[in-house]
Amino acid sequence: MNARSLFVPLGIFLALVVTLAVGFRLDDPHKLPSELIDRPFPAFSLPSLADQAQTLTEASLTGEIALVNVWATWCAACVIEHPELMRIAREEGLPIYGINYNDDVDKARQWLVRYDNPYRTVIVDGEGRLAIDLGVYGAPETFVIDEKGVIQYRHVGVVSRDIFDTTLRPVIDVLRSRQAAIEPS
Amino acid sequence: MKSVALLAGFLLLVPMAQGAIDAYPFTDEAMESRYKALIEELRCPQCLNTNLAGSDAMIAQDLRREVHRMLLAGNSDAEILDFMHQRYGDFILYEPRVTSRTWLLWYGPLILLLAAGAVAALVVRRGAARANDIPDVDKDRLRRLLKD
Repeated sequence: MNARSLFVPLGIFLALVVTLAVGFRLDDPHKLPSELIDRPFPAFSLPSLADQAQTLTEASLTGEIALVNVWATWCAACVIEHPELMRIAREEGLPIYGINYNDDVDKARQWLVRYDNPYRTVIVDGEGRLAIDLGVYGAPETFVIDEKGVIQYRHVGVVSRDIFDTTLRPVIDVLRSRQAAIEPS
Repeated sequence: MKSVALLAGFLLLVPMAQGAIDAYPFTDEAMESRYKALIEELRCPQCLNTNLAGSDAMIAQDLRREVHRMLLAGNSDAEILDFMHQRYGDFILYEPRVTSRTWLLWYGPLILLLAAGAVAALVVRRGAARANDIPDVDKDRLRRLLKD
């Protein structure tokens, strides 16, 4: 046993510490990186929840920086998220578009009457095809889009006050300052 | 007699209990086997370790329907995999594509194997060198000891 080989276990130990430190800090494996960041909102042509005779398209979402929120009445977490969406709609001057995902239209309407409606418009995605185009795999999910409809950020799961302040608001602030720089008013 | 009837009843239920089965019509058998291969290869985005074939999650049902729809529309397997990859990223493929983000995953084991081989070769060579390196004094003493 020479002196150098005494350090081998220490080296192995340090390598293990580094590997585990990195491994345990990796994000929740459920949080898939979105492939859609910086891409335009996918094309769609779907009815509006308020008036099913009215057809909405991706152009219906442009003009302002906005949130797009995927929700459903079967989604338990959506009820938890709902008060925060109400607050955002009321206090943040940010339109929220809803995507009613794989849901029953009547139930969805009743839900909005019961809990109140934070959405400017709700898109009815009855077969979940728009959700597939957005890479959605559950609800709730929330996207930040800019005034041109380009997807800027995706949040999987409930938007709480804390999450809005720490992750969504910074993205929105950057977009707003960019917008202000382009069109000074 | 009763138990035989019961057993027969349960055996009849067996085919119904084999996971998610969608009754999708296909125009030919080749298309059906392509469908089966695709839903084996694609991973359910919701479930971490189940493919589309084995999952009852809503998103898995929707994606199976989408695969079926694309097959009927005449899309190739590569087009369908691209479609899924564009939306759900590397996660959706059980065999992720080789990119800058995944090359460590693909070649990491090979690098580890080579490193382990190099270390093993070093240890063996050093051991062999030491074996030839027995001092002469020891050999003489050994002979003497053996004579006694």
